[in-house]
Amino acid sequence: MGGLTELTLSEARAKLEQGEMSAVELTEAHIAALEAVRPLNAMITETPERALRMARESDERRAKGQAGALDGLPIAIKDLYCTKGVRTTAASNILGNFTPTYESTVTSKLWDAGAVMLGKTNMDEFAMGSSNMFSAIGPAINPWRRDNDKRDLVPGGSSGGSAAVVAARAALAATGTDTGGSIRQPAAFTGIVGLKPTYGRCSRWGIIAFASSLDQAGPLCRSVEDAAIMLGVMAGYDAKDSTSVDVPVPDYVAGLRGGVKGLRVGIPAEYRVDDMPEEIDALWRRGADWLAAQGAELVDISLPHTAYALPAYYIVAPAEASSNLARYDGIKFGLRSPSDDLAEMYERTRAEGFGAEVQRRILIGAYVLSAGYYDAYYLKAQKIRTLIARDFSAAFADVDVVLTPTAPSDAFAVGDKADDPIAMYLNDVFTVPASLAGLPAISLPAGLSGGGLPLGLHLIAKPFDEATLLRAAAALEEAAGFDARPPGGGS
Amino acid sequence: MSIDKATVAKIARLARIHIAEEKQAALASELSNILGWVEQLGEVNTDDVAPMTSVVEVRLPEREDVITDGDCRDDILANAPDTDGSFFVVPKVVE
Repeated sequence: MGGLTELTLSEARAKLEQGEMSAVELTEAHIAALEAVRPLNAMITETPERALRMARESDERRAKGQAGALDGLPIAIKDLYCTKGVRTTAASNILGNFTPTYESTVTSKLWDAGAVMLGKTNMDEFAMGSSNMFSAIGPAINPWRRDNDKRDLVPGGSSGGSAAVVAARAALAATGTDTGGSIRQPAAFTGIVGLKPTYGRCSRWGIIAFASSLDQAGPLCRSVEDAAIMLGVMAGYDAKDSTSVDVPVPDYVAGLRGGVKGLRVGIPAEYRVDDMPEEIDALWRRGADWLAAQGAELVDISLPHTAYALPAYYIVAPAEASSNLARYDGIKFGLRSPSDDLAEMYERTRAEGFGAEVQRRILIGAYVLSAGYYDAYYLKAQKIRTLIARDFSAAFADVDVVLTPTAPSDAFAVGDKADDPIAMYLNDVFTVPASLAGLPAISLPAGLSGGGLPLGLHLIAKPFDEATLLRAAAALEEAAGFDARPPGGGS
Repeated sequence: MSIDKATVAKIARLARIHIAEEKQAALASELSNILGWVEQLGEVNTDDVAPMTSVVEVRLPEREDVITDGDCRDDILANAPDTDGSFFVVPKVVE
């Protein structure tokens, strides 16, 4: 059955439409593939019985001519999305056996379109991390290996489990969430496509909150077309999320092959950071050449406040996290560490339930929001954020998309950078600016490093212009012709 | 900005996270490193810059002031570590 898991989402959909296979066959193949890649520790909860039931229902719908846009297609869900009746942990001990009694808006849309749920994926606890090392169930492992090196590599994070199962051909696609790069960086590390939509494009309702002004839902897939299909289902206004934006959702697949002739592509000088590896710089130049060869115009641009994005992010995100995570108090759900004293019960519960990185960020957040420091840190960071957003709007007066690398390195080994928070934070140096400005951005695999690991290119577009973003990504994808695949882990 | 042990204890209290005393010094140094690194924001002149309040410029939607959800008490209590009838149970707070 290995052949069925080799298909992209769009290829699998075509085969289902043509009656060449059933949703049950496709789902059985993916359940077997997930079992085969268990050493990657990419899943927190597998739901094979539910998947088979959904697949049978899908086949029945299709027989009646009622198939939806994703009917019968098995996908995995990041364990940050609340799924009714299926344990949802955010990879944290503090949620215990939390089993939501409701379904997130985005997953509801996926199931309404007929998608089949394979289970819930591993991640950094509460989406705080860039390696998937900070998970209560232990790290997820990248299906890729560096040439002549046996060490396990990280899949990136925080959506590391989602990236690993899609790269390992054990799910056709997966959902992720991206706060500062948590979809795009793992996509780059595992050689797949990851899309962060415009802030407000997808509903955040029912997704466990990390930093509410930055969090966005998006897909991880094995092609740009698959990302377009997934986004078309996931996107849309939701009255239950007051920051979701009521604008039409275009047909992202229809415009995908429009080409890039005349498209103006900005190359920001400030992303050429010190000590950037030559191979990343070379890949970036090659990406620009690929677009130029197809008729795009390259434009040198400046985004002067780029260097300040990462430190501003590490004030804003922890501040919002410390506030959002105040709800984990041992009373309404999840873990409780018993005590006769209420304050002590809170303190013990949160000390036991949260991992080290989450505690670190809550403490930073509590500090920068505390009396006497609010103006110096939080307000300052929000002003920097205004400047970063202004940089982008000035640039977008002249260009349609911006091209950069996705991450400053290829995947690193499990255990590396674990004791150096700032070195870990630097993974997101190229992805955080678009997050702070709320802009849509995509990472796609564009080549291999000297060590034989995937490297990603990153495109950023204007607010709500995912259509142009995907069109430019499709052109890059075609030129890159990336067909390398992980040596281990696949079925 | 350097954070000392006493400050760690204070913010741990604000954040309601118990930090054992022997861990406070190491944490003080980690947090000081992170805060030292963000100090570079001071290089940027932000005198006439308004802080960002909304990343996408939209007016918050308004709706009729009517009840749209509710009547789901059992759902709300379903995941609580300790309940009694229709109540959450907490340690005694009033003598």
